[in-house]
Amino acid sequence: MAANQYDAIVIGAGHNGLVAAAYLARAGKKVVILERREVVGGAAMTEEIFPGYRFTEFSYVVSLLRPEIIRDLELPRHGLKILPLPSTVTPLDNGDYLAGWDDHDLTRQEVYRHSPKDAEAYDEYSRVMARAAKAIKPIISMVPPDPSSLSPRDVLGMLKLGKYARSLSEKELYRIAKLVTQSSADLLDEWFEFDALKGTKSASGIIGTFLGPRSPGTAYVLLHHYMGEIDGAFRAWGFAKNGTGGVSAAIANSARALGVEIRTNAPVDKVIVKGGVAAGVALQNGDELRAKIVLSAADPKRTFLQFVDGKYLPDEFVQSIRNFRVRGSSGKVNIALNALPDFTCLPGEGPLHRGAISISPSIDYIERAYDEAKYGQYSKNPYIDMIIPSMIDRDMAPPGHHVMSCFVQYAPYDIEGGWDDAKRDAFGETVISTIEKYAPNIRNCIVGKQVITPADIERIAGITGGNIFHGELLLHQLFFFRPSPQWADFRTPLPGYYFGAAGAHPGGGVMGAPGKLAADAILQDVD
Amino acid sequence: MFELKRTPFHERTSRLSLPQNWRRWAGYIVVGSYDLVLDREYWAIRDAAALIDITPLMKYIIEGPDAAKLLHRMTPRDVLKMAVGQVFYTGWCDEDGKLLDDGTISRLSETKFRLTSAEPSLRWLSMNAVGMDVTVTEVTDHVGALSLQGPKSRAILNKVCVKSLDKLKFFRLTETKLAGVPVTISRTGYTGDLGYEIWMDESDALKVWDALIEAGRDYGIVPCGILAMDMARVEAGLFMIDVDYTATNHAWIPGQKSTPFEMGLGWTVALDKPGYFVGRKALEREHKDGSAWKLVGLEIDWVGLEQLYARVGLPPQIPGMAMRASLPVMHEGEQIGYASTSTWSPVLKKYIALAHVQRPYFELGTRLHMEVTVEHHRLHAPATVVKTPFYEPDWKKK
Repeated sequence: MAANQYDAIVIGAGHNGLVAAAYLARAGKKVVILERREVVGGAAMTEEIFPGYRFTEFSYVVSLLRPEIIRDLELPRHGLKILPLPSTVTPLDNGDYLAGWDDHDLTRQEVYRHSPKDAEAYDEYSRVMARAAKAIKPIISMVPPDPSSLSPRDVLGMLKLGKYARSLSEKELYRIAKLVTQSSADLLDEWFEFDALKGTKSASGIIGTFLGPRSPGTAYVLLHHYMGEIDGAFRAWGFAKNGTGGVSAAIANSARALGVEIRTNAPVDKVIVKGGVAAGVALQNGDELRAKIVLSAADPKRTFLQFVDGKYLPDEFVQSIRNFRVRGSSGKVNIALNALPDFTCLPGEGPLHRGAISISPSIDYIERAYDEAKYGQYSKNPYIDMIIPSMIDRDMAPPGHHVMSCFVQYAPYDIEGGWDDAKRDAFGETVISTIEKYAPNIRNCIVGKQVITPADIERIAGITGGNIFHGELLLHQLFFFRPSPQWADFRTPLPGYYFGAAGAHPGGGVMGAPGKLAADAILQDVD
Repeated sequence: MFELKRTPFHERTSRLSLPQNWRRWAGYIVVGSYDLVLDREYWAIRDAAALIDITPLMKYIIEGPDAAKLLHRMTPRDVLKMAVGQVFYTGWCDEDGKLLDDGTISRLSETKFRLTSAEPSLRWLSMNAVGMDVTVTEVTDHVGALSLQGPKSRAILNKVCVKSLDKLKFFRLTETKLAGVPVTISRTGYTGDLGYEIWMDESDALKVWDALIEAGRDYGIVPCGILAMDMARVEAGLFMIDVDYTATNHAWIPGQKSTPFEMGLGWTVALDKPGYFVGRKALEREHKDGSAWKLVGLEIDWVGLEQLYARVGLPPQIPGMAMRASLPVMHEGEQIGYASTSTWSPVLKKYIALAHVQRPYFELGTRLHMEVTVEHHRLHAPATVVKTPFYEPDWKKK
C-alpha cells in the first residue's frame, strides 16, 4: 500500500478514538490515528504541569470502562492498573462528616449515626438501583435502532428492544420510566431524610449536565453510576494508575502493538469527499491521507460542522447537530501540595485522604449552586468532588508531596462576558476558599495550581462547549437521539464517514463503548 | 501456656488489624488482613510497598566445615557451587524423590547457612548430617523476619539502611544496619514483585518495624496480612505446602505425594551436580521417563464463565481473595486433574488457578475446563493452560 494510504483513518486520539483504532487494527485493517495535540489521550490525560507533580487533568476516575475492551485489548498487559478508591467523605458545616466506606457494616454504622432510618433505606436503595441498572444495561449495550426505519437491522433492533422490554416485569418498567423522567432530588426524597446523604447522592446525577438536582432527568444520570456495579469482579471502579492518562496510555500501547500508526501534532482540516463518499483526510499542514473509512472521535460539532463541508450533509441533520446541547457546566482545579490538607472533620492523615471528598452538604446547596450558573455565573459555593491521587498512586507526586484533583460544578461555558484570566483566577479562588472552610491549612500547602474552565477544556482538549460528555446526558440526547435521530448507529449521512466518541451512544465517561461500537459498525459494513 | 506463639511484631500488628482475623502459621498466630477488604493490602504489593510479618517461617542455622555438604546432600540443588551472599530456593525430597518441604537456603559465609522451611526440619537435618562436622541450630523464635514487597520497597529500604540496596541482585543477600540495628536483607519474597526479606534479632523487631513504617509513609507502605499475599503468590505462580501439595511425610496414600518435577521445580533439580543427594535415583528416573503430573497455571476464560452465569441472569461472582479449595479440572467431560488454589487477579483482571494436571493435558495452550459453582450448581468453565508466573513485572529482577 502506498504511503498515506490506509484502510481507516481515525480522527482524535482520545480514549474512544484509540479504542476504535485498536479494534480496527485487531481486525487486520491498516489504521492511522490523527491527534491534534503533541500527546494522546484527549480528555483522559495526565500531564506534569509543575515538575514532579502529575495532574490527571480533566477526567479523574474510572468507573465504566467496558470489561470487554479491557479483555479484548489486553489492557492490563499494556499497563492498565485500577487502584481502589474506597470511600467518599462529605465534610459537614457543623464540623462533623458523613462517610461511605468500602465495607457494608462500616457504612451502615456511619449512616446510622446520622439517621437510623436512612441506614436501613440505604441498603434497600443500593439494591434497587443496582437492579434497575441491571435491567437497563442491555439497552445501553445495544446499538440504538432507528424506530422510523424499515431496514432489517433497525427492525431487528426494535424487535430486540421490544422483546427485552417485555421480559421486564411491570414493576421494573415503571421504575425505569420513573427513573428516566424524575429528578434526583425527588428520587432521593422518596428514600432518605439526611441532607448530606441526599446532597452527596444527588451530585452524581448532575455531573456533566447543565441541570440541578431538582431538574427532571437527573435521576437517570444517577442510575448511570450504578452501571459498573453489575460487572461483578470485573468492575473497573477506581483511580487508574498514572491518572486517566494511564488508561489512554494503555490503550495506545495496545493499539501500537496491534499495528496502529499514531500521528501526533496532526490537526485535521477537512474530510476529503470524492463522489459523495469519504475518501480521506486533509491535514492542516496540507498533507493528505487516503482511506475509504474515516472515523471521527471528536465531538459532534467538530465532526459534522467543522470537518465536513455542509454541502455533503442533509440540512436537517446539520440543523440537529447545531441544536445538540454541549454547554459545559464544570471546571477543574488541580493543585500541587507540599503537605496533606488537614480536614477539621477528621484531623490528621487518615482514610479520608485515600478516597473521594465531596463538598455536597445538601440538595439545596447544589441547587443554589446551579441557580447562579443558570444566569451565567459560576457558583460562589460550588459542588466539589476531590480526590488526592498521590495518596492512591505514589508516582503522582514527589515523596511527601501531593496532588489534588478538584472537579467543580457549576462553571458555565457561557459565563456572562466570557471567560478571561481574571474570571479564571476568581473561579480558582472560590474553589480554594470553599475547600478552606473544611480544610483550613490548604492554602499554606499549595505550591502550584491549574484552574480549568469549560473554555479551557474546549481549548486544550478540543471539546466544543467544554462539556465533559461531548454533549449533555439529557433524555432527548440519549440512545436513538444521540447525536441525531436516525444516526445513532455510528454511521453518518456521508457514506464512509463514521462517528464514535462520547457524543454518540452510550455517552461519556472513560467507558470506551462508543469507540468500540463504532469500530463494530465499520467492520460490519466493510467485511 | 495454652496459647499459640506470638511474633515479636505482635504488639504492632495486633493493634493495626481491624478485622482481628488471626491465622495460624506454624504454631504462631499472624494477621490475616489489616483492612476489612483486601484491596489496599493487595495493591500495596503491586503498586507501593507491603510490610508482611513472616516470622513463623522455620529458620535453621547450619554451621561448620560440612555445612555446604549437608545441604548439598539434602536438597537437589548444587549447593557446593553457591556463592557467599547467594540465596537458593529449593524443595527437598525423601528417598523416593517426593517433596518433603520447600524453602530457601542462604549462604551467610563459607561455612554458615540459613535454611528456612515450612515444617519442622531439625530431625531431617540431623538424620542427613550423620558423620558430618556441622551443627544445626533452630532460630525460628529468635529471628524476627519481615517481608517488604512492592515496587517502592527498595526506595524505602534505601532511606533507612546504612548501605544502598541498588546493587543487590535478585536472590542475593547483604548485611547492613537498619535504624541502627544489624539486619540481613535478602532480595527474596513470596509475591513475584520487587521485594526484600529482612532478618533481625527478635529484640530489635519493633525498632525495625517502626523505622520501616516511618520511612515508608511517603511511599505508601501498608502493613499487609497473609490473605492479600496469598493472592499475589498465585499470580507469581508460587505454590504453598499443605495447600498445593502434601508433604510426603504427611501423606496417607501415595497419590497425595508430589515430586519437584511435578511441581514445576525441575529447574531446581541439578542432576548434573556431583555426588549423592536424597532422592537422586528416583528423580533421575522421572527426568528420563517424564512426569505423570504437573502443576500448571490455568486461566479461566471469562466469556465462557460469563455465559455460565448469564444462564441464571447474574454476572460472574468471584470472591475477592484466594480460594484454597480443590476444584476438578476436566478434559472433554473427564476429570484429569484439580486446581488447588484459585484467585481473582486484580492486576491482570483474570480469574486464575494453580492446577495439578495429568499427562498429556499439561502442555501450554491445552484447552480444559474447571469447576465453578453457579447458584449452587456445579458447572465447568473453559480454561487454558498458560505459563507461570501469571504476572511478572519488569522491575522484579531489575
